[in-house]
Amino acid sequence: MEATIPLRVRLAARGLDGVTLLAIPAVLLLVALFLYPFSYGLVLSFRPKDGSFFGNYGHFFSDPFLYKTIWTTLALAVPVTVLNLVAAVPVAFRVRRMRYQRLITTILVLPITLGTVLVAEGMLNYFGPQGWFIRTLSLMGLGSPSSIKLVHNYWGVFLSLVITGFPFTFLLTLSYVSGIDVALENAAATLGARAAARFWTIFLPLLAPGLAITFCLSFVQAYSVFPSAVLLGAPAGPTRVISIAAYEAAFEQYDYSLASAIAMIMGAVQLVVVVGVLMSRSLFYRGPAAGAKG
Amino acid sequence: MGSHIAFQSLRLEKVGRTFGAMNALQDLTLDIKRGEFIALLGPSGCGKSTALNCIAGLLATTSGAIWLDNVRIDTLAVEDRGFGMVFQNYALFPHMTVRSNIGFGLRMRGVAKAELERRVDAAIRTVRLESQAHKLPGQLSGGQQQRVAIARAIAIDPPLVLMDEPLSNLDAKLRLEMRQEIRRIHQDLGGVTIYVTHDQDEALSLADRIVVLRDGMIRQVGTPEDLYLRPAHIDVAEFMGFRNRLSGVLEGVGTVAPMTRASAMFGETLLEGVALHALSGGSVTAAIRPDDLTPVSATSPGIEAVVEAIEYRGRDFFGSARSASGAELFFRSGAALDRGASVRLNADPGKILFYEGAGA
Repeated sequence: MEATIPLRVRLAARGLDGVTLLAIPAVLLLVALFLYPFSYGLVLSFRPKDGSFFGNYGHFFSDPFLYKTIWTTLALAVPVTVLNLVAAVPVAFRVRRMRYQRLITTILVLPITLGTVLVAEGMLNYFGPQGWFIRTLSLMGLGSPSSIKLVHNYWGVFLSLVITGFPFTFLLTLSYVSGIDVALENAAATLGARAAARFWTIFLPLLAPGLAITFCLSFVQAYSVFPSAVLLGAPAGPTRVISIAAYEAAFEQYDYSLASAIAMIMGAVQLVVVVGVLMSRSLFYRGPAAGAKG
Repeated sequence: MGSHIAFQSLRLEKVGRTFGAMNALQDLTLDIKRGEFIALLGPSGCGKSTALNCIAGLLATTSGAIWLDNVRIDTLAVEDRGFGMVFQNYALFPHMTVRSNIGFGLRMRGVAKAELERRVDAAIRTVRLESQAHKLPGQLSGGQQQRVAIARAIAIDPPLVLMDEPLSNLDAKLRLEMRQEIRRIHQDLGGVTIYVTHDQDEALSLADRIVVLRDGMIRQVGTPEDLYLRPAHIDVAEFMGFRNRLSGVLEGVGTVAPMTRASAMFGETLLEGVALHALSGGSVTAAIRPDDLTPVSATSPGIEAVVEAIEYRGRDFFGSARSASGAELFFRSGAALDRGASVRLNADPGKILFYEGAGA
């Protein structure tokens, strides 16, 4: 009996039909541009110059100049991501209720289009020792160009990550904030909840899963910082982030194997943080943020 | 639920709300006594939801005042009014169980735990949701969600419960059941309920008094019986089921109390009817319920029309017909009629209401 059912029907029952073929270009692209290079790098990282299997990893975790880059990068990426998120939530709440929402959103999102190098150039001028910012501060008697330093150190990279990362964080947050039914806030208000109570008891629990995803995406972006760490930071010391270590291994020592290992470690750190944050979502309600069924 | 709510009246004094140049609500004046169930009735855009939101405090008024006894409340923030509100889409907090939804208002008031549990239990019993108390709103049916919304609003023992078309998302059978529930809960609470609806059946069956709104203004305030039998305005009449509107010319006016007897020519036909307001002559509009307009014998006066459609609704037939002047008439008939047949339609003079003017 089984054999009388045509193959086409049996495949379709398992979700394979003509439309499945449309996925082929994307699959090929993924294999060529992601899967192959990733596997190549993974294999390469286990073939160090000294011939031992874990040689690169052993080298990385025994050399403070290398393993400290993990913390240097985390020390930048985590505060930047938290700050962006904390800043994006109130702005998103305000913008949601504004009449010119699209205009304001466009203005806030503009830095995304500029690119890190352009932002870095602008910041070098604006926040530099002879820039307007420092000069204005010293005119106001709040410091002197020699006492305030906002570029070529930790703060230079920090600021540039905030500027380029905020629009992205904000856009995601806005979409989550807009997804919460306004009637919920009205209902809470009629029941006697003031603004702060409405935020903590209604909005935050409903936003938490979305904020977790926003945190992950923003964090991954910030963790892979490279151009601004070089241009605006102190790449030899305080802002020697993990991508710089990988770059130096590859293009200054020509040790592609070590560079691959560093890249794998970088990916693993990101994965640990992302998985950790996403798992914490299970502590929160994750259904639709509306007041009723459809 | 105890009826320990201590107030005597809620007064709306010329309450108004404008949006830019548009008057969404004008001069809403209403004196509501404790224990009354008031329905705000009107088509969409008539200002009934605006009125409700103004009373709730979700929308600021632009003129007038609202008083609870002698406390002015329209200047208070929403949170400080302490009214219960039931929203059209329920607006239940999706991340809280039924119990914590219902207890939310009490928690916000800092009610002690034992007292809180007792009052939440009472509210859950009132809406008969004992077995669902620990579920999330998303796991409940529409009717159950509506009960939670009502329980949440009444758990705080509000002097005033506001309901914004609470039954419009439910199916017909559930609507009828919930109507009775809402009426019962209102009587248990003993406060004032203000109920917004566009469904005249709901308003007629639930309310002690109905306020008919149109274009942001009150058209008529009265008991369901008042409105049903004596609609003061042609718009109200239409809302109360007077589907037939005929334009005619006034012929004669009598004076039989309490209504004025009058007769008017509609095309070739002279019809007798009654008027609630003085008629000054000239053009009049007659309003007749389909139920009252029936075929009459060929010798008695009536409007000649041709049957266009007819359907059986158990017991009687209801149909539509076209008069010689082109007006569409809806009528009732005890017997089946053929499409295309000629009928002569008339109603008892007491069931034909005359209004001044040609109507719209």
